[in-house]
This record gives sequence, structure tokens and C-alpha cells, in this order.
Amino acid sequence: MSKQIELAGIAVVHACSIVPISRTVGANRIVATIAIPHPFGDPTKSPEEEKKLRKELVQKTLKALATPIDQQRVF
Amino acid sequence: MASQYRVVYSLNQFFAGLGGEDKAYQPPQLLEGPRGPGLLLEKLFPHMEVAATLVVGDNYLAEKTETALQEILALLSPSLTAEGADKIHFLLAGPAFNAGRYGIACGAICQAVQERFSIPALTAMYPRNPAVAVYRKDVLIARAGKDVMAMKEAVQRMALLAIKQFNGEELFPDRHNYIPHGRRKNYFAEKTGATRACDMLLLKLGGQAFNTEYLMPVFDRVQPAPPIHDMARARLALVTSGGIVPRGNPDRIEAASASRFGIYSLKGLLRFSSETHQTAHGGYDPTFANADPNRILPLDAVRELESEGAFASLHDFYYATVGNGTSVANAEEYGREIAKLLLADGVQAVILTST
Amino acid sequence: MTFERGNIAVADVRLGEQTELCNGVLLVDKKRLAEFLLSRDDNITSCLISLARPGDSTRILCVKDVVQPGCKVWGQGPGEGRRHVLENVAIVTCGKIVGYQEGIIDMSGTGALYSPFSRTFNVVLDIAVVSGLTPHQHEETIRNAGLVAADFLGETTRALRPDTIQTFSAQEDQPVSSHLPRVVYIYMLLSQGLLHDTYIFGRNAREGLPRTIEPLMLLDGAITSGNCVSACDKNTTWHHQNNPVLRELFRRHGRDLDFGGVVLTTEPVSLAVKESSAQKTIILVRELQAKGVILSKEGFGNPDADQMLLTRGLEQIGIKVVAITDEFAGADGFSQSLADSAMEADGVVSVGNANERVLLPPMEELLGPIRDLSRLAGAWPHSLHKDGSLEVELQAIIGATNELGMQRLSCREV
Repeated sequence: MSKQIELAGIAVVHACSIVPISRTVGANRIVATIAIPHPFGDPTKSPEEEKKLRKELVQKTLKALATPIDQQRVF
Repeated sequence: MASQYRVVYSLNQFFAGLGGEDKAYQPPQLLEGPRGPGLLLEKLFPHMEVAATLVVGDNYLAEKTETALQEILALLSPSLTAEGADKIHFLLAGPAFNAGRYGIACGAICQAVQERFSIPALTAMYPRNPAVAVYRKDVLIARAGKDVMAMKEAVQRMALLAIKQFNGEELFPDRHNYIPHGRRKNYFAEKTGATRACDMLLLKLGGQAFNTEYLMPVFDRVQPAPPIHDMARARLALVTSGGIVPRGNPDRIEAASASRFGIYSLKGLLRFSSETHQTAHGGYDPTFANADPNRILPLDAVRELESEGAFASLHDFYYATVGNGTSVANAEEYGREIAKLLLADGVQAVILTST
Repeated sequence: MTFERGNIAVADVRLGEQTELCNGVLLVDKKRLAEFLLSRDDNITSCLISLARPGDSTRILCVKDVVQPGCKVWGQGPGEGRRHVLENVAIVTCGKIVGYQEGIIDMSGTGALYSPFSRTFNVVLDIAVVSGLTPHQHEETIRNAGLVAADFLGETTRALRPDTIQTFSAQEDQPVSSHLPRVVYIYMLLSQGLLHDTYIFGRNAREGLPRTIEPLMLLDGAITSGNCVSACDKNTTWHHQNNPVLRELFRRHGRDLDFGGVVLTTEPVSLAVKESSAQKTIILVRELQAKGVILSKEGFGNPDADQMLLTRGLEQIGIKVVAITDEFAGADGFSQSLADSAMEADGVVSVGNANERVLLPPMEELLGPIRDLSRLAGAWPHSLHKDGSLEVELQAIIGATNELGMQRLSCREV
């Protein structure tokens, strides 16, 4: 999906827990997330800590979207 | 009668019969004798004996790959270094069919085992399983069907390949049903290049099937889109393959091999909650996602950053499908359709989340 | 117009008091041959002549060119009349012209599986030249010496009755059933200057290409090689004299196909010229009313682009192409094989990965200008082992991945 969106000229960041798969399917901007059942969360943490963690990850994806790249990169 | 080949069989929690997603974090464990596909193997090949079954949870291996592999190698060491009557001839893993995480697990285990113990270690996958591209170079992967319906064929292919590899026979991808490693290797053909060229041209001219001897490489890559220069003025959209849908799954998106994607409103929505949304994804334990869907698609954090001015605005809809055994062709089609809608609304940037 | 090729095979080659072919044995008076070569060219200071037979423990190094001896028995112009050839004899010239250019021919062992000249009786000329020659003059001297020596030995066949006579007729004299597909051969010649040259009737092929040529003239030895590099996929003069694509097209003419002619083309050095050359070639092929094309090559790297330009252009106007190429897929076989690719190139014959390594066993005798193998170190990807065995990439072996399709070698994905 990311490739097709990118082909339309829209910058995409793929946030996922299994980076090798993302690499294979051809995503260009990749952000590694926490775990498969909760990529943007961590149930072992308090709700506040979890929220903070999530926000940091989203900030990381925004940063990736603003970064010039000429090939696949994992942020 | 002593069996001719002794095998260690590697499975995930599901195929070993330990449980489903609730056991996806199962640490490596070595069980005596065959389980699941191992039983089938012994039935199909009476001269094979599954001495032990290695079980590892999909998530455990996918998330803690290095640790998990070290634990697995330590666990297997006594049996794989045994000599004499206890000698293990090869390790079989899977078949993983089209399951991405299981595929990664099978590939990683085979690679580590053959490297450490110098015995054949092979698996079987659907050719478009994403793990194929990661491991086919080093690991012998039998061609398998998409799902468990193809179990018997896959186990058969894997076992026959294992015997051939064990005996050091020359392998041909087509004839022996394996996914080529992607390595070019010289051989002497029966006819000279000039004769082969004429033969091939005549077939081509006659409209008959012919086999090129070198397939042109396909560069399945897309030029990275230019970065967002001023994020504070950008319009952002959210897309997920993690299956987050409104409660009740109104579009009935399938838990696996999704045949559609859903378009859902975000208007006035500050965060997902267990009352409003859920996951439709069948490939991971849904407990955490259903308790707080923001863990899959982080709407709450995105809204906060929007109000702080980190980006200008959020597109009023999000797009969701289930990336669980979904074919690449389907996923590409969804991508194209979503891109059209996004362009029409002036979206410049997308966060795509996957599990 | 017809051309006859009279083939004469020898049972052995020996040194003798005079040069003659007697009871199937070719005797070579090496003193007389050396004197003859010296008398023809003032640039030659000495010429060492040795013999190498199939099965000998012999390695020939720095091979420059290989030429088949023969003589024109009768006939007016090129492509007409009869030529006698010594089928399994070759003149092998050696020269240290560019760096160490180790074109290798092994007469036995693993290396002998890869070169056609491991199966010929070779008369090896190791030629020394006066100091101060430019590389071009050096190359020309050695090239001409090989051709002269081939004529010298070829004379022995003039009065003999050939073992077999093959008769070839010009296509216009041999109309075929109109339902057979017309096939044209595009013969790419490496002719870039800088010692990458090919000669047509003795004139540099850089000028006047692309052009059509009467195929019978090619059988009569119209093309000679002046190429100094890439041993595995350079077309030696012997390859041009025995072009297997041409032979195959003649053999199948009137049976499976209608052989519609040959277009000679270049592999130029700039993209603009490559493009215009491809355009002109395609026009010539279309004028010959081809339905299909066989496209052979010489060298690797930038010639890949010529092959792809031609393939794409021809397929786009509905002419089916099969291209012959070798691969440079790395020693491990995992790299991309070609420097260029085209979606339209769906019919490719691979004549082998030139980067694949082979271990050549030590040989008792080394021929050629380098007598000490250790001096080869660093010149090409290879390594010399303590026992005298030599690990080389196939690209060091003369004719190993010949892109006219002379060999049986191929490459597959495993």
C-alpha cells in the first residue's frame, strides 16, 4: 500500500514492528514500532507513560516524513 | 526398525497445538516426538522419525529475534550435536504458508541452525510470503500453497528436498519445487549457445512457450516521495493495515486475506476507545488493541500534535484494512484507490501503521 | 554465388624439417616460419614457436588472438569459390600489449572444459617486438603476424583433398517456402578504438557501420579481431571464421527458417551514437523484412546498452529478438548480471557467469610472454596457490563465455 500511495507523490511513513517485511514490500520511510499486538503502546506501562511513548513515536514518524532520503531508510 | 532419517521439527504455538494468539509470546520449548505437521510427516514418510518438536511463539521470535535464536540454539545443541543412533539428519520448519511472522520465524531458525550445526534446515512458504525475500538467499524454502489446505503437499515437498539436500544432490527449482535462492550458477547445457538461440527464436516466432535463460530484473522499488518541507502547513492522513474499525466491523473486513478496505470518519473524534472501535485483524492477539485501539492507530497522540501545531490538519477519514495474508496485488489496489481519495483532499503526508 | 569450405582435420602437429601435411600429420618447420614472420615485419625482433596439444600439461598465457589456418584454393572475390581450412589447428598469438592481459588457454584439467582452443592443436607464437612501439603498433604487429602465420600453415592444404566439403549458397539463389519465418542476424562488433577494434577486409570496422554484408563473405574470413581485452567474451579471429550463429542459420535455412541476411553493427562509446546506430540498424533489419532476429555480442558493460537498445527497438515494431549474452553476476552469483536491462528482452540466451571462479591445476609447461605466474598477481581477479594452481574467474579464459554462442556453457538460477 505504501508504494502505491508514494507513487501518487504523497510522502508515506510506514510504522511497523517487523521491519524486514516493510523493507521487502518496498516502503521507503520506515519507523520501527514497539510490538506486533501493540505497535503504538506498551500495556506494561502506566497509561500516562504509554501515552508519552506513543506521542514520541508519532513525532518520530513526522520527523521521518520531513527528512529527505534517496533510498530506503529505517528511522 | 530404526528409521532412516531423524528429524527435529520446528513449529509455532498454533501448529504445535499450544494455543493461538494467547500463546504468541511462548518462549522456545523442546517437546519430545512429533506434533501437528510432524505427525503428518511420519505418516507420509515411514522412514522418517520426528525425534523432537521445537515450539516458539510467533511474537516472541519476531520481537526478540536475537535472544530467541540464542535460546533456540542452546536448546537444540544437545540433540543436533548427537552422534550415532541419536544423530539428527535435518531440521524442518513450518510450512509457514503466507503467514509473515511465522515465515520470519521459520527462516530465522533455519538460517541459524544450518549455520551453527551444519545440517540441512529447511522450510516451506508461499512464494509471496514477505519472509521469502529475506531468507531465500540462504535458506532452502519449498514452494507451498497459500494456506493450511496445502499442508500435505508442502510437507511432502519439504521432506523430499531435505533428503536430496542431505545426499548432496543437484537441485532444480522447477523440478524440485523450491523457491530459487536467486543465485546464478553456471552449468553445461546440452547444446551450444548459438543452437539454443535459434531454437528459442523459432519457438518465439511460432508463438510457443519458451524459457529465457536470464529473466530481466524487476526493480520493485518506488522513488521516495520528496519530504514535507514545512510540516506545520501539511495535511496529514492515517492509514492502517492493523484492522482498526468501528465497533461491530460494519464493512465486515475479513480477519485474514482481506478483500476490501474501509473508509471511516474521524470528524470530531479526539481518540479511539474500546466503546467506539475494535480490531478486525485475526493475525495477532486482539486484547491490547481492543482495550485501546490507539495502540494500533495512534489517533490520540496525532490529535494532540495537531492541536500543538506540529502539522496543519488531519484528513477527515482514515482507511483501514487487515494485512494478514492479504495478497500483494490486493494491497496494491487498495493503495491506489486510497491515494486517489487523498490527493483529492490535498493530503501531502501519510502515516501507515502495521502490526 | 556459392562458397565451398573444405575441412581438413589433422591427427597431430609436430615440428619438422619442412612445413607440410603428410598422412594426417601437420609438420611445422619452426625455423622457417619464424624467419618468414621476421622478414615480413621489421618490428618483430624474435618469434618463439611452440606446440600445444589437447591433453598436454600446458598453460598458454597472455593470449592475444587465435586464427584458423587456411587457404583460398580458387575463386575471384571474397565469398566465392573454395577455401580449405585446417579444422582442428589454431595459430595462437601471445602478446603483452595492455597490462598483463592474461587470456589463458589450458590444454588439460578443469580449464580445458571452458575454451574451444583446448581441443585444437595449437601453434603458439610468442612474439617480441622492438622497443618504443606504441600499444597500437604492437597490437598491429602481432595481429598481422598471426594472420600471416595462418596463411603460411594454410598453404599445406592447397593441393589436398578435404575430408568434407560444405557448400553454401547465397540466399537469393535459394528461395524457400514463404511460410518459413525470415530471420536476420545482427552481428555486433566491438570497435571502439583504444585497442578494442575489429577489422572487415582489413579495414577498421569503426567506419561505415551499421551495414549489411553478404554472409558468404563472413564464411570466407571477412572479419578479423584486433581486440586486446576481456578474454572470456572477446571474439577472436577464429570465432569470426567459425561464427556458430551463421553456421546454424545456414544449416536451418529452408528447413526451419528463411535466413534473411546479416547486419553488422557497432558498439559505440557514447549514448547518442549508440542510439543513432541502433536506429540505423533497426531500419536495415526492417528493410530485410525480418520477422525475427538473433543478436550476438562482444564484451560486457556498455555493449549491454547496445543490446538492450536494439532489443527494445525491434520488439516495439514487432520483430522478435533472441539476444545472446554472458553475465557478470559476481563470484557468488548474487549480483545483477547485466549493466542494462529492458523489459522487452524476454528471450535471452545466457552463455555463463564470467565472474564464477574455477581452480586451474598446476601445469608442467607455461607458454607465452610470462614465464613466472606470480607476476600475474593483481592483474585480474585471481589468486596463485602455493602448489602452482591458479584460481581465476572464468573471464580470464579465452572464449569461455563466447557471445556468439560457441560454447555449451550456460547459467541458471538456483
